[in-house]
Amino acid sequence: MLGLILLVAVLALASIFGHWRKKTDGTMKTVGTTSVAAPIPVADDAPEVGVETASVADHGGERLTSELLGASLGENATLVQFSTAFCQPCRATRRILDEVATMVPGTVHLEIDAEAHLDLVRQLDIRRTPTVLVLDARGVITKRAVGLPRKADVISALGEVL
Amino acid sequence: MSSPALCDPQVEVDIRGPRFSAAITVVVLAVSLLTVDTAVATTLLIIQTVVFGLGAFIGLKAQPYGIFFRAVVQPRLAPATQFEAIAPPRFAALVGFMFTAVALVGVFTGVDAVTYVAVAFALAAAFLNAAFGFCLGCELFLLGKRVFSRPARV
Repeated sequence: MLGLILLVAVLALASIFGHWRKKTDGTMKTVGTTSVAAPIPVADDAPEVGVETASVADHGGERLTSELLGASLGENATLVQFSTAFCQPCRATRRILDEVATMVPGTVHLEIDAEAHLDLVRQLDIRRTPTVLVLDARGVITKRAVGLPRKADVISALGEVL
Repeated sequence: MSSPALCDPQVEVDIRGPRFSAAITVVVLAVSLLTVDTAVATTLLIIQTVVFGLGAFIGLKAQPYGIFFRAVVQPRLAPATQFEAIAPPRFAALVGFMFTAVALVGVFTGVDAVTYVAVAFALAAAFLNAAFGFCLGCELFLLGKRVFSRPARV
């Protein structure tokens, strides 16, 4: 009996979660610009708790430099993709961003190995991959999408930046 | 300048293979959950643990559900159009292996609660994979990495 109740509960909860995830996955969110161009603190001993409780909006307007990312930024905009090896949608995400970067002049697609940049991952509160950040010409984060983004959303996000 | 091709697979698999394996896993785990404390559940959980173990430690080629998919199911389907890297499904198998191994510890120590909880989690993960193509273990990978490896100090 307990097994049956658990079975029904697990399938019901997983279904709800799966549908919710499918609906919200990859949505481009505008990042708050309250702290425009605030420098990202160098890796410090800030407790993990602080990072965990920080909301996505708190990371808005931060400026990423080519030194931080280890590659030069696009002239007009940069699409930064955080990936890991154990990530199913990263491949499809890369394809979409590459296509868009080729299509839109002055735009560069950078892929970052999240595992190799854990400090940056903590600072930006990146929780899963792929996470895509849209940077403007100065490197300021303007949009953020968690999960596989839709191509049209990436293009329109760039449209707002350019 | 050019980004490392992180997800670029050395080997690719038909995306339907792991989904098919996950669907069988759902059935096996669901029956296990309904028959906890019987020989049926014990047998199924041992089989599933071995299947996960083969997929995680040897490779997807050695995973029985995948072998069945390639031998029997795939030839009857339209040619594959979507492929994926083998790393995510192998990692998912490792996560599944850990859950069913814990479930077996519950079985052999007679603590049913452990078995119920472990099988329920494994079932949820397998169901999300089968129904939505969602890899729970993969999603939690980065979060785990963040929590368990401390910031590098020079």
